[in-house]
Amino acid sequence: MQRREFLALCGAAALAGCSKGAPPLPPGELGGMNFKAGHRLWSPGAESQSGIEETRQVGVLIVGGGIAGLSAAWRLERAAYRDFQVLELEDVAGGNSRSGANAISAYPLGAHYLPLPNPEARVVRAMLADFGVLQGDPNAANPAYDETYLCHAPQERLYRQGIWQEGLVPRLGVSRAELDEQGRFFQQMETFRQARGRDGRRYFALPLAHASRDTALDGLDRLSMHDWMRREGYGGEGLHWYVNYACRDDYGTDYRQVSAWAGIHYFACRMGHGQGADDVVLTAPEGNGWLVKRLMERLSGRVQTGQMALRLSQRPGKPVEVLTGQAAGGPGVRYLAEHVIWAAPLFLLPRVVEGLPDHLGNALAPLSHAPWIVANLSLSSLPGAGAGAPLSWDNVLYDSPGLGYVVATHQRIRRAPGPTVLTYYRPLSELDPRSARTRLLEASRDDWAQAILADLSRAHGHIREQVSRLDVFRHGHAMARPLVGLMRDGRRDTLSSAWGRVWLAHGDVSGLSLFEEASHWGVRGAEQILSQQGAPLHERLA
Amino acid sequence: MQREVSSAGEDPRPASLLQQALLVSVFIIASCGLAYELVTASLASYLLGDSVTQFSTIIGAYLFAMGVGSWLSRYVGGNLVQRFIQIELAVGVLGGFAAVGLYLAFAAQMGPFRILLYLAVLAVGILVGLEIPLVMRILKGQVAFRDLVSRVLAVDYLGALAVSLLFPLFLAPYLGLMRTGLLFGLLNAAVALWALKLFQTHLPKRHGLGWATTLSIALLLGGFAVAGKLSDMAERWLYADDIVYSESTPYQRLVITRWRDDLRLFINQNLQFSSKDEYRYHEALVHPGLASLPRAGRVLVLGGGDGLAVREILRYPQVNAVTLVDLDPAMTHLFSTAPFLTDLNGNALNDPKVHVVNDDAVRWLEDNPEVFDFVVVDFPDPSSYALGKLYSTAFYRLLTRHLAPGGRLVVQSTSPYYARRSFWTIAATLESVGLKTAPYHALVPSFGEWGYVLAGREAYRVPERYPEGLRFLTPAMTPDLFRFSADMDRVPAEPNRLNEQNLVRLFEQEWHGVTR
Ligand SMILES: Cc1cc2nc3c(=O)[nH]c(=O)nc-3n(C[C@H](O)[C@H](O)[C@H](O)COP(=O)(O)OP(=O)(O)OC[C@H]3O[C@@H](n4cnc5c(N)ncnc54)[C@H](O)[C@@H]3O)c2cc1C
Repeated sequence: MQRREFLALCGAAALAGCSKGAPPLPPGELGGMNFKAGHRLWSPGAESQSGIEETRQVGVLIVGGGIAGLSAAWRLERAAYRDFQVLELEDVAGGNSRSGANAISAYPLGAHYLPLPNPEARVVRAMLADFGVLQGDPNAANPAYDETYLCHAPQERLYRQGIWQEGLVPRLGVSRAELDEQGRFFQQMETFRQARGRDGRRYFALPLAHASRDTALDGLDRLSMHDWMRREGYGGEGLHWYVNYACRDDYGTDYRQVSAWAGIHYFACRMGHGQGADDVVLTAPEGNGWLVKRLMERLSGRVQTGQMALRLSQRPGKPVEVLTGQAAGGPGVRYLAEHVIWAAPLFLLPRVVEGLPDHLGNALAPLSHAPWIVANLSLSSLPGAGAGAPLSWDNVLYDSPGLGYVVATHQRIRRAPGPTVLTYYRPLSELDPRSARTRLLEASRDDWAQAILADLSRAHGHIREQVSRLDVFRHGHAMARPLVGLMRDGRRDTLSSAWGRVWLAHGDVSGLSLFEEASHWGVRGAEQILSQQGAPLHERLA
Repeated sequence: MQREVSSAGEDPRPASLLQQALLVSVFIIASCGLAYELVTASLASYLLGDSVTQFSTIIGAYLFAMGVGSWLSRYVGGNLVQRFIQIELAVGVLGGFAAVGLYLAFAAQMGPFRILLYLAVLAVGILVGLEIPLVMRILKGQVAFRDLVSRVLAVDYLGALAVSLLFPLFLAPYLGLMRTGLLFGLLNAAVALWALKLFQTHLPKRHGLGWATTLSIALLLGGFAVAGKLSDMAERWLYADDIVYSESTPYQRLVITRWRDDLRLFINQNLQFSSKDEYRYHEALVHPGLASLPRAGRVLVLGGGDGLAVREILRYPQVNAVTLVDLDPAMTHLFSTAPFLTDLNGNALNDPKVHVVNDDAVRWLEDNPEVFDFVVVDFPDPSSYALGKLYSTAFYRLLTRHLAPGGRLVVQSTSPYYARRSFWTIAATLESVGLKTAPYHALVPSFGEWGYVLAGREAYRVPERYPEGLRFLTPAMTPDLFRFSADMDRVPAEPNRLNEQNLVRLFEQEWHGVTR
């Protein structure tokens, strides 16, 4: 066994080292979230630099056009409440679920899949029903889904010891004892999945707002996922790799730092099924960008891009004042809003709000975010199949700093071999977030391109010759890190309660960056405001 | 018990030279060990398909055998160097000829191929497993043990690494599997020769060993020289008849053979038709459906670039336009130009009513609004995920949009006898998109019992008459085609959805059970 692992490693090194004979790097750009505009928030008196030219009054001002903000707007629109405005700093909405496109295909720049929603994920289900992707009753146990969006088989494969195997859990060349241990692990996760507290709710519900308040399992939040595995006697190297992979994938954070509660949540939360569809995710060439597009169709005209909130202040009995500026540097607007839904990352609040109350400040202090790299590679043809399982939607390399790649053209039914786009994911989870962000700002496109091609060459010896373009997209503050101690500390209650006329509604409120969380908090903010305004709420989704 | 003779310990030459020589041999041995594993696994997936299973089971068996070998090594006693040389020769000959032998055995259908395959893998694996522990024991007297282990292992890794790089990049593409195997066999034999030279003074049976080495090398060299001939021979056995045409297109490998008046087309080694009985296949494919639609004017054929289905369609005077969509231009070109093939398809592809499109069927359907009265779906069997998509609910939904009111489609649906659940899965898939189906079957001797499914928005009724000139179908026997004997009759089946592609797995399982 050792011999083959060694082989895989050497293979990568040797191939990467052959740079003399290797073709030059393909062209491409270094893109990403608007760092410059973002950093303006850090300079004092930012709002006065651009000047305010106009005052506008609005019923609801939504700050941030990511999933949370767009979901809030979607809910208002659904209730036929139209006196709202969404402000988005970037030129396009979508935040971490943005996407891009080229002549070959659309492709994700961030989030790329949505698991079939749990019964309690009512927001997601209602949204999918609205888009016609969930067909029939949104509350059915096994709803039918439009198969265009169900990930086609084969969904995932893992490259290990020189061979692609089906699925992501290492199974080939793994001893009987280790396989049994894996069985025990998944059995235990199944027990957690079913576990309910005294209030009758599941401990590991998704969205978290529906989780049991019973404290019986809070001990899991006091040690890391890694330590928990050791404590429970899990020693298999493959299993450890896999669990760490899962934590890096969902949280951008190493399992030595992730709270065991959050680590278990990853495996135990999901129980969504569809007709003829189990263990499958919803995806599209542009990843979750398709959801952003559908949301945007519903909101035509009410999303202002290139506009950022610079200052927010509220006084009792008065509308909330929000000063904005154009991300490109032009003059801004003074908004007087009856209500504000803050759907931008929460770590910005202390910068934007004058006199942020201590209880909020304290609740936000432990929050940190993991930076990510997402690269899109245009290939002249599908990557070579390699030995073992055939090309899948998600293709993961064992023991890689990255998380592998997804294939943008996977959902096509046609079979003619043609060009494609691969999206490569890489959390900077090996560094602490601060040094990782420094690295993010310093490393050039070529540095990343070099590293990514070397990594992929382990499995695809000829990939360099196939890549015609390689764009790198940087996410500075991508995912909230669910560190030990942060999942069951009551912070969520503080952050999700009304703060005057402002509702906080970002994935950060839960401390888990997931579509289900972001959309839940957005819709919840909208529903709270609607009910305060006495608007008839025909349904309560969040 | 015999006393263990560690001859190296008594060698008068400087120990380090000897050591280095042995370490070089370890490097070669390690390369050979991995090479045999890769060669047999590649050969098995080439011949048997399903590379995941082949690679994983062969590597599993090989590693197991190596384990057995290293365990057995403790029972190897006597003159260790002599044993080592004998093992090297055995590995060289056995490993070297494994690929040649297995390929010939497969082509000539000698005995159960899988058993031979695993026997070979186990034998080579055990011998390879013996090598390194023996070398360690030979070297033991020389170096501190820990140092020794790490050196031997490092060199072992390096050897394996070299092959893992060379194999896919150079050896398999340029030398081919047979020659690669033989080359490594020669390397093993060379190690034996070298050891013979180094230790000549300590080998009691030097002459016998010398002869054995010479003989092995001669055998392997001979094999290397005639490998090309052997592989041609195997291909001829495989196809049984003379190859009259062969071409590798970007999509597939086309081979046409002829024996007397029997022409056969193989795509990727799978028989597509035999001119002896293809009329049965194509009459059954086209007429039960098309003859039931007396007003059908527009017909679409997907796949079927051989033009044989089109030949049958052109028997209907009311058909005024046939569109044939086939991915591979080489295929349609061949069947519209080569005289012995245009004779067979009645020059159908050059008929003015026929419009040939070389495109991916799905892309073409997605991009074209045209509707048709009758659609013939004649794709290769669902043996991969890419092909399985052409038998999915999503594909049939797409196809239904191209069906004129009252129109009907027919799908070639593999064998209801050999792949019963696959066949009924295809029927269930068509039904799940709201079509009414009429599954039927016909006996095509070179394929066996073959299946088709007719589907349309309205229920189907068997035709009362057929065009002139059919050799197989008669109106009187047609209802029998729609009756299934007990061993082919309907079984419950789930539709083939894209997110699961259960059909691909089923198909693989069912055809695996069928000996070729
Ligand atoms: C690489 C990557 C992969 C991911 N993959 C998945 C996945 O597969 N599935 C999944 O469920 N989740 C995934 N996620 C998590 C993803 O974060 C969530 O799914 C979701 O997109 C979060 O939405 P949000 O609205 O909470 O936050 P954000 O996406 O952070 O949205 C906040 C928005 O506010 C804007 N903004 C910031 N400051 C201001 C300001 N001052 N004024 C105005 N606007 C401002 C930002 O530009 C941004 O558009 C992934 C995340 C990353 C980074």
